[in-house]
Amino acid sequence: MAQTQSEIRYLTPLSVDTKKKKYCRFKRSGIKYIDYKDPEFLKKFLNEQGKILPRRITGTSLKFQRRVAKAVKRARHLALLPYVTDLMK
Amino acid sequence: MNKYETVFILTPVLSDDQMKEAVDKFKKVLTDADATIVNEENWGLRKLAYPIEKKTTGFYNLLEFEADPTVVAKLETAFRRDEKVIRFLTFRLDKFAAEYALKRRNLRKAAAEAKPVEEAPVVEEAPAAEVTND
Repeated sequence: MAQTQSEIRYLTPLSVDTKKKKYCRFKRSGIKYIDYKDPEFLKKFLNEQGKILPRRITGTSLKFQRRVAKAVKRARHLALLPYVTDLMK
Repeated sequence: MNKYETVFILTPVLSDDQMKEAVDKFKKVLTDADATIVNEENWGLRKLAYPIEKKTTGFYNLLEFEADPTVVAKLETAFRRDEKVIRFLTFRLDKFAAEYALKRRNLRKAAAEAKPVEEAPVVEEAPAAEVTND
């Protein structure tokens, strides 16, 4: 009785996935300057509402997060990106 | 001498000639103040991400120039005085930006040269593709 209880059967096998390490894409690919003129690229760092995603999610290093933020803000000023929106992607 | 880049948006109500005239005016402001214009780009009529002065489109123009810091103030007053300009942004290029700008310039030049020779240029793989398309 005790033995059968310990053997819990799952319908789908438990996924014991190892956490994928986040990395800074700029460091990895050697990008030094983030262009504000390319809104499609900058959209990778924005959420649906057009807010800048935190580093905790994108994995960008602090140095490049600052540059991303600057590029996004320049793009917003020039109406290449919206300040507020819904369903951007 | 610093390197600067400026982008300004002109109202969409202008005709092509009027637009060119306006661009020439600002170029003259720069050249009169002993600035050297390195690059100029016309991105054409683009949709704005949000309305500015109740307009949803605008003519985008980019100028890259080398000048003394005092020139920027002159240029910006010229922008502010002109009601054809609905938005502008000027900033100094740091060393990474200057490097990128040079690369971009060469890419665009190569794309422009490739265009008349072969009818279907390889503009699509250049990063400036969506700029040149419209």
